[in-house]
Amino acid sequence: MITVEGLGKRFGDTQVLSGIDAVFQKGKVNQIIGRSGSGKSVLAKCMVGLHKPEEGRVLYEGRSFHEIDFDERRQVRQRIGMLFQGSALFDSLNVLENVMFPLRMFGAMPKDEMQDRAHECLKRVRIVDKDLLFPAELSGGMQKRVGIARAIAMEPQYLFCDEPNSGLDPQTAIVIDDLIKVITEELQTTTVVITHDMNSVMETGEHILFIHQGRKWWEGDRDALLHSGNQELNEFVFAGSLMRQVKKAMGG
Amino acid sequence: MQPFFRYFRDLRGLLLHAAARSKISETRRIERVVVRIALRRQGSGAEAWPTFAATVSIVFHIGRYALLLREVFARPERLSIYWRRTVEEMDLLGVQSLGIVALLSAFMGAVITIQTKTNIDSPLIQAWVVGFATRQSVILEFSPTVISLILAGKVGSNIAAEIGSMRVKEQIDALDIMGVNSAGYLILPKLAATIMIFPFLVMISMFLGIFGGWMAGVQSGVISSDDFIMGIQTGFKPFHVTYALVKTVVFAFIITTVSAYQGYHTRGGTREVGISSTRAVVYSNVAILLANLVLTRALLL
Ligand SMILES: Nc1ncnc2c1ncn2[C@@H]1O[C@H](COP(=O)(O)OP(=O)(O)O)[C@@H](O)[C@H]1O
Ligand SMILES: [Mg+2]
Repeated sequence: MITVEGLGKRFGDTQVLSGIDAVFQKGKVNQIIGRSGSGKSVLAKCMVGLHKPEEGRVLYEGRSFHEIDFDERRQVRQRIGMLFQGSALFDSLNVLENVMFPLRMFGAMPKDEMQDRAHECLKRVRIVDKDLLFPAELSGGMQKRVGIARAIAMEPQYLFCDEPNSGLDPQTAIVIDDLIKVITEELQTTTVVITHDMNSVMETGEHILFIHQGRKWWEGDRDALLHSGNQELNEFVFAGSLMRQVKKAMGG
Repeated sequence: MQPFFRYFRDLRGLLLHAAARSKISETRRIERVVVRIALRRQGSGAEAWPTFAATVSIVFHIGRYALLLREVFARPERLSIYWRRTVEEMDLLGVQSLGIVALLSAFMGAVITIQTKTNIDSPLIQAWVVGFATRQSVILEFSPTVISLILAGKVGSNIAAEIGSMRVKEQIDALDIMGVNSAGYLILPKLAATIMIFPFLVMISMFLGIFGGWMAGVQSGVISSDDFIMGIQTGFKPFHVTYALVKTVVFAFIITTVSAYQGYHTRGGTREVGISSTRAVVYSNVAILLANLVLTRALLL
């Protein structure tokens, strides 16, 4: 479980986030939604410690992330897996080396065991016999899947995915969404997914946080999302004609 | 081969030792303050006061550079991985620069010999002086400094572009998330590699520069082979080679850390990676010229 309390973040004079309170449950796909530039990525980066927030705290199982010492923070970090918007695979390493990287850096197991573990993760995301390819030789969808495999290599308790299906075709996007959901249930991770894709919200969102202009505007589950009276949220949710038709079909 | 490897091992030990006792942390508090001032400079009216703003900006960069160095010399997670990366970098940054270094050195040596002859063409000056002058300029200045400036262009831009694109593609964030010390992992192997391999490049350059001078001198009839060889043996001071290698190590440090700093703090996209790469070359060159003057005054006077 991750708890965010009164989180605020500034860059110079621009306040990007303010007063964010939220609880992210274990074993669930928690989604952060909002328009581009609303501060979703910054929120995620504050939570994992890539940015230091000016106000508020982030608690992992009740322990404040920014107040613990360096070694303890490193231990928490090793339990965090993150999939980045652009996959962020290491260009100079091949698929297998990318997935093995965290194991080699921190794992204490012999080399064949690391390889087995990496292969296991790759099989989970359905990438087989691609060990020796380099990231530049993979399609966008495959890069994301390898990114997920690398994120789960250390058996994380917390999984962050920043726009896991941006830039993918709808079919591949659904594959990735399902993968994240299955992994969350099997590994019982606290999963935080950032997205602006309504499809993926309807597909996998269990607990949804709507960020607007750096503030938490709305919070709830999938069903409540369609019936909220919140104007900004409705504008976001029903921006596409597909969702408008869904609403009409439901008699809204 | 044995001494070759021992040399690497000793240097590595020295480097790690220096890292462990680095005194950089003492200046940390001052830098914090400076960084804070600099971050606040937007909207503080400092823009209306260009010299002040420029000074703050320079101090800001120096402070942030020092902070980065402190991270670079933090304890490595896995020495074996760092060491393997160092060997890769020695190949990429050092061995692959051998061609350009060799070519440049031979031609420059040749030109120095011919020019020296035309400059001092007098019956009062003995023939071997041309060989002597060629050796001195190659060892003292040409090989350590000019080759370092060239390497700043080749290696510096490479380092800044590689680290810069890793930054904009969030690969550095990915390292940080895993709990890896990204600055150390990316920069320390490059630094160790250049510090170990540049002295070899410069020694090869010295040899080829003098050899090029001999070839050109003898071939063009400017000087006889015997005179040239007598010249390069006359008044040889081993300390001059030491001086040149000390300079080279300092320049290697400058090139690697300044370029890595530019890359590491890239923000934006591919355009900014290009800007960082250009800056890396320009700032390394300026820093090399300054350091050259300081070291020459300190060591030769
Ligand atoms: N490192 C940074 N420095 C300054 N401003 C930033 C930085 N990162 C993000 N921002 C700003 O914060 C705002 C929110 O960005 P972000 O969280 O990336 O949006 P998104 O919701 O699309 O992920 C944007 O206006 C962006 O310009
Ligand atoms: Mg984003």
